[in-house]
Amino acid sequence: MKRRTLARHGREGIKNIRRNGWMSFASISAVAIMLFVVGVFGFLIINTNSLVDTIENDVEIRAFFEQDVESSQQENLMEDIEQNASVESVIYRDRDEGLDYFLDSLGSEGAVFENLRDENPLNDALIIQATDPQMTEPLAEEIRSQPEVETVEYGETILSELFTVTNYIRVIGGALVIGLIFTSIFLISNTIKLTIISRKDEIQIMKLVGATNSFVRYPFFIEGMLIGIFGAIIPIAGLTAGYYYLHSFMYDQIPFFTLVDPNPMIWQVSAILLFISVIVGAFGSQMSVRKFLRV
Amino acid sequence: MITMKRVRKQYPNGVQALNGMDIHIDKGEFVYVVGPSGAGKTTFIKLMIRELKPTEGTIHINGKNLGDLSNKQIPFLRRKIGVVFQDFKLFNKLSVYENIAFALEVIEESPEKIKSQVMDVLEIVGLKSKARFNPTELSGGEKQRIAIARAMVNQPAILIADEPTGNLDPETAWSIMGTLEEINNRGTTIVMATHNSHIVNTLKKRVIAIESGKVVRDEAGGAYGYEA
Repeated sequence: MKRRTLARHGREGIKNIRRNGWMSFASISAVAIMLFVVGVFGFLIINTNSLVDTIENDVEIRAFFEQDVESSQQENLMEDIEQNASVESVIYRDRDEGLDYFLDSLGSEGAVFENLRDENPLNDALIIQATDPQMTEPLAEEIRSQPEVETVEYGETILSELFTVTNYIRVIGGALVIGLIFTSIFLISNTIKLTIISRKDEIQIMKLVGATNSFVRYPFFIEGMLIGIFGAIIPIAGLTAGYYYLHSFMYDQIPFFTLVDPNPMIWQVSAILLFISVIVGAFGSQMSVRKFLRV
Repeated sequence: MITMKRVRKQYPNGVQALNGMDIHIDKGEFVYVVGPSGAGKTTFIKLMIRELKPTEGTIHINGKNLGDLSNKQIPFLRRKIGVVFQDFKLFNKLSVYENIAFALEVIEESPEKIKSQVMDVLEIVGLKSKARFNPTELSGGEKQRIAIARAMVNQPAILIADEPTGNLDPETAWSIMGTLEEINNRGTTIVMATHNSHIVNTLKKRVIAIESGKVVRDEAGGAYGYEA
């Protein structure tokens, strides 16, 4: 193909958007609305997952030493635990700190127990976090078996239920995202198909006048790609602005619950939306044109 | 130039459109194809541009057997045959100029050559002033002439016209005939399917009459031969 013919196909692709004004408008709008919905759900699922991660990361093991364990023994055990591959972090908290922490956690109610300071019932402890929160239980059992350790606490009763719930949330979220992506692919390609079916006669005439299949196809490829680009730009702009606003709004209003940082998450989501839209637009048009080329 | 041997065409619904057609047309001829409605004239045209394949028999154009053409070769056959379709088949969203230019863009002509050739054929069909119009803004006769202009713009060896004077007033019909004769005088073979007895009987040419998918009469300078 000559270069000027390639340039001609590009020009025709652009002109066709204008020539089929209403049809282009309708398909760009349909693509935009679809991607907007996918984007909103995407944000929702990403934030739910991040919330689930935060909850899981709050899970910690508290291992209390026996009363009579020497500080050197405590240090040795702490080093051993730090060496363990499934341990994220170990913090040493002596009994006085432990009591402060306990009383603080009770807030104003803590005043009732102030007299405990005279005779601290707590032991020195290690606060351990597992690299994978779901590995907390086996890790806790391992630590429990150490002779220096008196008791181990990690909220064992609610832990397995918590992980069941969080795993469900993750699976459902993932399935929703995949389902939405497939639905959007299907709907975008169907929209493109409609614009092309309405131009079946045009394709037939091109063929009868002696156009090769690729000559017919190229402008449709460009047109499909452009519909994809225009259809993606609008929701991407809206979603980006909306998310930035919502992020700062939530940050001001509900400080203890922050949304996932917009940067780089929003750019990643935008890139995925644009990619889906352009690829489906360009290749969806090709699949639809193919049917009418047999003239 | 055009040779058909024992061509039979049966449509999937069982209709037998052509039933053992034998035709030979030489280079530079002007031929009328006449016959009642449903005789097979349009099928005959569709077979020549490989819009359809014959059920049986062979068709040669310029010495090439159309049955041997691959799908990729079909566009190149169609570029050698200009067709004026009964329903014009113009692009309604393109201007008159763009409609005609399309036939040249397909063969990757240079923009300068496209411009000069399009303006030349518009001059011949007398519609230079309507170059920027859309086909929807033209009368039936004008559309007809644009269809002729597009069919002839890349100087095809053969020009096939399916009822080019159908639905036209006599004056316009005669002006179109004038255009076709002029094209024929330049050496282009012309095959014209028609119902216009007045034209056939006045402008004497070879007449091929088709009935029930067969050639029933083939005479040089013949008459229309049917009740108008």
